[in-house]
Amino acid sequence: MVAAMNDTTVRKTMTYAIRAEGLRKAFGDTVALSGVDLEVPAGTVLSVLGPNGAGKTTAVRILTTLLRPDSGHASVGGFDIAREPAKVRALIGLTGQYAAVDEMLTGTENLLLIGRLVGLTRADARARAAELLERFGLSEAARRATKTYSGGMRRRLDLAASLVAAPRILFLDEPTTGLDPRSRNQLWDIVRGLVAEGVTVLLTTQYLDEADQLADDIAVIDRGRVIATGSPDELKSKVGGQLLYVQPSVEADMDGTRELLSDVVGRAPSREGAGWAVPITDSALMPRAAVRLADNGIDVAEFALRRPSLDEVFLTLTGHTAAETEGALA
Amino acid sequence: MTVHALPARQGGPIAGLRNCAWLAWRSLVQIKHNPMELMDMSVQPVMFLLLFVFVFGGQMAGSPGEYLQYALGGLIVQNSLFTALNTAVGLNGDIRKGVFDRFRSLPIARSAPLVGRIAADLAKQVWAIALMLVLGLAIGFDLKGGVGGALAVFALLLLFTLAMSWMTVLLGIVAGSEEKVQMLGFVLVMPLTFTSSAFVRADTFPAPLQWWSRVNPVTAIADASRDLLNGHVHSGPILTTLAWAAGIAVVFFPLAMRAYRSKLS
Repeated sequence: MVAAMNDTTVRKTMTYAIRAEGLRKAFGDTVALSGVDLEVPAGTVLSVLGPNGAGKTTAVRILTTLLRPDSGHASVGGFDIAREPAKVRALIGLTGQYAAVDEMLTGTENLLLIGRLVGLTRADARARAAELLERFGLSEAARRATKTYSGGMRRRLDLAASLVAAPRILFLDEPTTGLDPRSRNQLWDIVRGLVAEGVTVLLTTQYLDEADQLADDIAVIDRGRVIATGSPDELKSKVGGQLLYVQPSVEADMDGTRELLSDVVGRAPSREGAGWAVPITDSALMPRAAVRLADNGIDVAEFALRRPSLDEVFLTLTGHTAAETEGALA
Repeated sequence: MTVHALPARQGGPIAGLRNCAWLAWRSLVQIKHNPMELMDMSVQPVMFLLLFVFVFGGQMAGSPGEYLQYALGGLIVQNSLFTALNTAVGLNGDIRKGVFDRFRSLPIARSAPLVGRIAADLAKQVWAIALMLVLGLAIGFDLKGGVGGALAVFALLLLFTLAMSWMTVLLGIVAGSEEKVQMLGFVLVMPLTFTSSAFVRADTFPAPLQWWSRVNPVTAIADASRDLLNGHVHSGPILTTLAWAAGIAVVFFPLAMRAYRSKLS
């Protein structure tokens, strides 16, 4: 009976792997966070999405006990970050914005060092290092100093370093900033693999597609405040409306397609790739456009209704583009 | 990948010491891969020693040999001061590159990364002193103070640079970049050693500079080191050095700790 009750209590507190309430932090006159609430259910991925200077890194540093908030509370893995920071640190892994590896050490040594620091025996630390290097495709470079690594390799090693202690909760602060698309995809696959193993991930990013790709939930953060939360789909539908996308088969029809669309929909389409996109609110406009295209003999390669991208979501939510926030704070 | 739970081997002073030792290992193991780094560390002091002794020596003291007897202590001190700046440079790099955050996000003592670095830098300090001493002996230095005198120089300089490390820790935390640390260090160490009795007798200075060289702590350490190596022990410079070490530690330890902790707030 007692055991059952304890079990329930544990489950209740563990339902959220990360929970933050009213986090505030200022550096002098600069307010980095002005009341941030976050909730990450165990085993899910929350993406904190926002431009440079929005407060993402500050939030991560607070949740990983590297920084104390001016006010507000947070618990990670059921432990209060202010009262039991050591217990929080035993549960988490952190991959910061910079690949925090020692450039002078080899890949193996970097991981060995972390393994020994978290209390693995020498043999276990070696085995763990080899396992992680293998998993992240770094076995061949294991004995080279990491200063010879490419950016993508460094990030992977950095991620491996944060996984040495097999954390149940992982913080990734802009893990793919500055990576080429291929390395980015590799990293995404690794993150997906970890999530499949049940790891909870909080990931900050300024890339909307990254959030879209990886996250169960997204918290959009702007100027130190969470301005929207929800699943990627929810956020997209929050913006409302849909995009009609038309791509003519032949380039010569581009101008004709644009005129036709703006005539049918009543607003000017915008160029997207090899076609035109125009927001529509009335779904009846779609067949009307199709008929008109056929009447005019314009053959289409693609004709689709799309929901807006997260870029457009961001613009709608904040009233400004991501780049503008960056500029305002720079 | 199997997710294994961590063995519960955390906490306690033994684990703390072991962590510091591993963090010190981290700073030293790179020398194993790249022995050239020891050479890099050593080029400047070797050059200084040879230039000072063979270029200036004759004019300074009548002969290079005579000058070596005078200047070796001061040259060792200057090299130790430069070496002490390593702590600031390394710490600054770790903080800027996020390596420090990584360590601090681990379940280890908050002081371990700092203690580990200081321990490793003391080991480099031993190398720096030994190098100068051995080279000095190789080019004809007469160690009248014997092994005991040499060991006393080691002890005195290690103690002083340990005290100084709180100053360099502070510098490493507050400085904007490694280059700035190096610049600042250079701008501090060069004038301090040159306006002391390290390379020339202070009584040849103009009066204001003489006054300054008397209060300059480098004069005390250089005099103490020279005396110990030459086998005439005066308690004055040694005590002054110890007093400076204590004073620097008393002032800079709390400042460094405050800066270290404020990285957290």
